[in-house]
Amino acid sequence: MSNALITVPKTAKRGEIIEIRTLVSHNMETGYRRTERGVPIPRDIVRSFSCTYNGVEIFSAELYPAISANPFLSFSTVATESGTLGFHWKGDNGFAVSSSAQITVT
Amino acid sequence: MRRLLAGAALAASLIAAAQEIPPSERRSSYELMGRETKAMQDDDTSNPATFWVLDGESAWKRKAGAAGKACVDCHGDAQSTMKGVAARYPAHDAKSGRLLNLEQRINACRVDNQQAKPLVFESRELLALTAYIAKQSRGLPIDIRPDAKTQPNLDAGRSLYNRKIGQIDLSCAQCHDQNAGRHLAGNPIPQAHPTGYPIYRLEWQGVGSLQRRLRNCMSGLRAEAYDYGSQELVDLEYYLMWRARGMKVETPAVRP
Repeated sequence: MSNALITVPKTAKRGEIIEIRTLVSHNMETGYRRTERGVPIPRDIVRSFSCTYNGVEIFSAELYPAISANPFLSFSTVATESGTLGFHWKGDNGFAVSSSAQITVT
Repeated sequence: MRRLLAGAALAASLIAAAQEIPPSERRSSYELMGRETKAMQDDDTSNPATFWVLDGESAWKRKAGAAGKACVDCHGDAQSTMKGVAARYPAHDAKSGRLLNLEQRINACRVDNQQAKPLVFESRELLALTAYIAKQSRGLPIDIRPDAKTQPNLDAGRSLYNRKIGQIDLSCAQCHDQNAGRHLAGNPIPQAHPTGYPIYRLEWQGVGSLQRRLRNCMSGLRAEAYDYGSQELVDLEYYLMWRARGMKVETPAVRP
């Protein structure tokens, strides 16, 4: 079962600005809703996201209840060297997803 | 008198035919969406419904039921064997003698061949399998051809489509044929062609079936919605798919 989708260009020229798109599978339950019987539904959201480039953090974000289900995050970075981009999501109830993508910089 | 009645019926059917949207003017509600929502649908890695499709692919290969069989054991590679299938559903099922939609067909296969429990309507697994199967028809034209067996379903579906229901007292046709393209409370009224089901609907924050959408519309009219899997909803699905014949399948579509 796959729960993260990543779009990273496979190759890039050194110094080029590349766009990275990420999508993670999560309900993002706000904590403000109630069941039909009036019982509050506890909050269950993704709390944080970070992206590392060869082990160095290049982008991070904090997520809040107003963010929709299956959060989509898009950002850019400068292609400096070939290597691995790591993606990490953490959230309530021990939610943790990691994924990675390779990039070749010429 | 009988001839007069037949004449009146013919005139009524001609009027109904005249009100139907001609093929050249049919538009998918994709065209009414904003740039960002279109972009979500266009790129599989931005489309959250991809998670359901991927789940469906796993479910396709997973053994279930007393027979210990998976979908793949009989049907093989869905990319070839399921290509075009969703474009032909709902379809007549010879065994039960009924018209079945894709979800019901999956469940019939589970019960008969896998000896497994049918999946609950709108459950993640049933939506996932339906989305995975329907995705194999993406880009193919909807191909519904009523015959002697299914003509009564088409007629029943059309009749429900044209019947005023609920406290609001509107028929489907009044909005989606006669006022399509105009606005209702700021939102464009679509022509209601079910080209992309199951869809990821932003309002739902998840994937849902055509029947869920139909039930939404009915409760919006303050009518009592038909149950999931009811004959009325399947007939209406059949009529809507026939009405959209020739349009391309977009599954899994994104809709606001």
